[in-house]
Amino acid sequence: MTQPDPVLEVRDLRTWFYTDHGVARAVDGVSFTVNAGESVGIVGESGCGKSVTALSIMRLLEEPARIAGGSIRFRGRDIVDMTPAEFRTLRGAELAMVFQDPMTSLNPVLRIGSQLNEAMTVHGPSAAVAARRGIALLGSMGITSPERAVTSYPHQFSGGMRQRVVLAMGMSNEPALLLADEPTTALDVTIQAQILDLLQALNRDFGTAIMLISHDLGVIATICTRVIVMYAGEIVEQGPTEAVLAHPRHPYTWALLNARPGLDQERGDRRLITVEGTPPDPIAHPPGCRFAPRCPFRQPVCDEHPTLQAVAPDRLARCWLAGENDAPFVRQPRPPRPAVEEIVTAAEPIMEVRGLVKHFRLRGGFLSKPSVVRAVDGIDLTIQRGEIMGVVGESGCGKSTLGRTLMRLYKPDRGSIKFAGQDIANASAAQIRPLRRRLQMVFQNPYASLNPRMTVESILAEPLRFHGLTAGAAATRARVDELLGLVGLGAAARDRYPHEFSGGQRQRISIARALAVEPDFIVADEPISALDVNIQAQIVNLMMDLRERFGLTYLFIAHDLAVVRHICDRVMVLHLGQVAEIAPADDLFTTPLHPYTRYLISAQPALHGPGAGSGRLKLTGEPASAIDPPSGCRFHTRCPIAQPVCAREAPPMRMLRPKHEVACHFAERLG
Amino acid sequence: MLRFLIARTGALVAMTLLATLVVFLIANTVPGDPVLAQLGDQAASDPVFVAQWRHEYGLDRPLWERYGIFVVGLLHGDLGRSIHSQRPVLDDVAEYGPATLELASVSFILTLAVGIPLGILAAVKRDTWIDHLARIVSLLGVSSPTFWLAFMLLAVFYGYLQAAPGPGRLDPIGLPPPTVTGAYLIDSVLAGDWDTFRDAAAHMVLPSIVLASATIGLITRTTRASMLESIRQDYVRMGRAKGLKESRVIMRHVLPNALVPVVTLGGLAYANLLTGAVLTETVFSWPGLGRYTFLSAAALDFPAIMAITLLVAITYLVVNLITDISYALLDPRVRQ
Ligand code: SF4
Ligand code: SF4
Repeated sequence: MTQPDPVLEVRDLRTWFYTDHGVARAVDGVSFTVNAGESVGIVGESGCGKSVTALSIMRLLEEPARIAGGSIRFRGRDIVDMTPAEFRTLRGAELAMVFQDPMTSLNPVLRIGSQLNEAMTVHGPSAAVAARRGIALLGSMGITSPERAVTSYPHQFSGGMRQRVVLAMGMSNEPALLLADEPTTALDVTIQAQILDLLQALNRDFGTAIMLISHDLGVIATICTRVIVMYAGEIVEQGPTEAVLAHPRHPYTWALLNARPGLDQERGDRRLITVEGTPPDPIAHPPGCRFAPRCPFRQPVCDEHPTLQAVAPDRLARCWLAGENDAPFVRQPRPPRPAVEEIVTAAEPIMEVRGLVKHFRLRGGFLSKPSVVRAVDGIDLTIQRGEIMGVVGESGCGKSTLGRTLMRLYKPDRGSIKFAGQDIANASAAQIRPLRRRLQMVFQNPYASLNPRMTVESILAEPLRFHGLTAGAAATRARVDELLGLVGLGAAARDRYPHEFSGGQRQRISIARALAVEPDFIVADEPISALDVNIQAQIVNLMMDLRERFGLTYLFIAHDLAVVRHICDRVMVLHLGQVAEIAPADDLFTTPLHPYTRYLISAQPALHGPGAGSGRLKLTGEPASAIDPPSGCRFHTRCPIAQPVCAREAPPMRMLRPKHEVACHFAERLG
Repeated sequence: MLRFLIARTGALVAMTLLATLVVFLIANTVPGDPVLAQLGDQAASDPVFVAQWRHEYGLDRPLWERYGIFVVGLLHGDLGRSIHSQRPVLDDVAEYGPATLELASVSFILTLAVGIPLGILAAVKRDTWIDHLARIVSLLGVSSPTFWLAFMLLAVFYGYLQAAPGPGRLDPIGLPPPTVTGAYLIDSVLAGDWDTFRDAAAHMVLPSIVLASATIGLITRTTRASMLESIRQDYVRMGRAKGLKESRVIMRHVLPNALVPVVTLGGLAYANLLTGAVLTETVFSWPGLGRYTFLSAAALDFPAIMAITLLVAITYLVVNLITDISYALLDPRVRQ
């Protein structure tokens, strides 16, 4: 082993926000080192200080944030004390950063080429050299026809392609260190897998050290050899990824790991482990252990602030209990819960869908003809009462449209929908109105779906009054309190407004609103995607509880396969408006029969160390478009086992295993 | 881009036709009898004379026929004959139009030259004295009444300081340059007559400041707001992360995006400057269309009113087209 050669040494960094309400200590004494060519991950929930740490290193902090103390040494030079002009020669050259949202990281009014080239010319190379190198770089980032790409504008590219461009910018001067702040969070899992592979390749081929910031341990585990866990502005644990994943030494890491169902995990108890509460207010951190208010292992000694101490070779943890043994945190056994099969009562279909079609017409321009998005293009589906039906697929596969059409928020173009025996596909608005109460929807962004000017009480009381479910103000109020109790919010929430709540609490409010009218069927459209892992687990548990109590049926739309496997009874895989595969959850994940399902499963970041995913099924290319879907099997443009017949004939749906149907000519080859 | 241009120009033609119809209908259905307005009580009480007069101006024909005549005339460049001045309206427009066009254009240039840089500075130096100064300037500009400002400036700079010339386009003894465009600033340069150019330019100062005062305020505030909006964008942070200098980040990444809404407002501002000069022209005895419009309206001079209204409508449409084109030049997403 050669002597480690640090590119970055952060010592006791304190980045504070000087707000009107007081000093928010977003980063509060953080020390770590990144060695040359290393890949380090920083994980933590939103507000833990991980992004602020990266912005401090790049000196991109904006008022009222300031570095209040500590040092940041980059290749031996202290960058905190450099003049802005001096630091600019490093920034973008030896030290680069890419940001979360590729949709907004590129300037919409400038050509890709000129944005990419300026990243180089500002540090020396002539325009001609930069232009040549830019094209080569885009090519090596996996962009097809880079010569054309440089003359394009950002809006002509998909999110995945834009993130490749952004990565090309970051890598354009072959930096010694690349900071990547949630670089894949805004992307589909399939694209995320490609971008993570690319990052790994950059790390391997160019020897660029990578500091990857993510809220998702799985993403970090995919490519990072070392992981740093942050909580409330401090590092709480640090160590080699595999060791940390196998034996977390801090209860917070333990909670993060357990809040997330594993994709390869058999479903036992379907409840996830959660820690209650939210991170402390950075203006007033608790004096003792900052995790203590939420920690299930709290001891009297925790009133004193623990230090970050070595607990094993290469491993640090900030917990009084961390040093004791290898696995100090054990899951408490819980009373057994009824298995799903018991809940699903006699097979009684609540929702029967046949040949469902929903197209959207895009208005054409003055001289171009209008195009049609075939969002849902012939779907059959039967959902039993009490069942949780999962729907997965990339963005644009039609999963949200399906959900909304079942709710009759959209009128289907063709096909039938029978809800509890009644046809609702062609029913008039007046005929549907009495059914509205029984069909409810929960959205991804709870903030957008709650009226900001209404108190929680009026939000919940409105549907009660509208459907005449409570008699009199007192009854309404009692029911509102009951609903808030059901979703784990106290009655104190009643008089507050949506913006006063955190994302998870808002989602609880929108679930309460859906529950208010005692529905039978709930479409949950990515209800947890916008939430932190631990909050996700809380919401999942809540939804499971509610189903058991009220015999609800869910259509659960999500892109996180692990969660889908964990909570759904059956799962439907959608691809460009059509069903690729539909099967009981466990069977689908242990024996996927469709190449697309395989691909989705292998793209899902799992909690192994890096390298474990090298057997991953790798697909290249972007999803085809639902405007002009490929002929025959719509997956044939990306399918690794496609045959000539696939481009000609659409595969029929076939039942190859019990309750397990698949639409692929060659499904037997994967079975 | 070509397709975009064709589509937009096509739309312009259609809108213009629609405008002729609307203008015609409005002018011919408003209450108010041009006979009374033009002939005076004596003549108006003589039915034979009135009939003859109505016949002469075509007012006795059916409405649709008059519209047909109106449109066919328009196509031949015939805007009709002004009842009031007894000349073809086109001649009137040719006489008064350039004065207004020149004043409005100078005011517009002044608006952009002051408003945009001031807005940029205010945004970049946010919450400093520069920002506060910009706020005061724009507030004063927007809120001071035009005629008050005009009289004050005249009183101070002409009357008291004698630093500026009085009303009118030229000194009373000055001769206009030979007419090419009708804009004295341009014509005098074309003729190489620098004395006249200086004279015309000096006369332009106060009226253009007065006319531009409100629009400067608007443009400053919009530029500032739009700059602050676009300064928060991720690609701006990305620009900084590349190692670009702050000035370059501002000029290359913030400004082009910030200008998009300013262009929309700028188009509107120019159309307003062109059509809103009545008060300014009156105070500065500026022989422009603003005053002509005022007089024609007072006299219920239908052909003139129709022509002017149509001109205003077409001005708005053309300015709109130019705005759209600039928009497309600035923002590739609009082009498609
Ligand atoms: S120090 Fe105590 S409260 Fe803090 S994480 Fe460890 S056990 Fe929990
Ligand atoms: S039908 Fe052909 S193209 Fe489609 S998934 Fe099966 S093998 Fe691939």
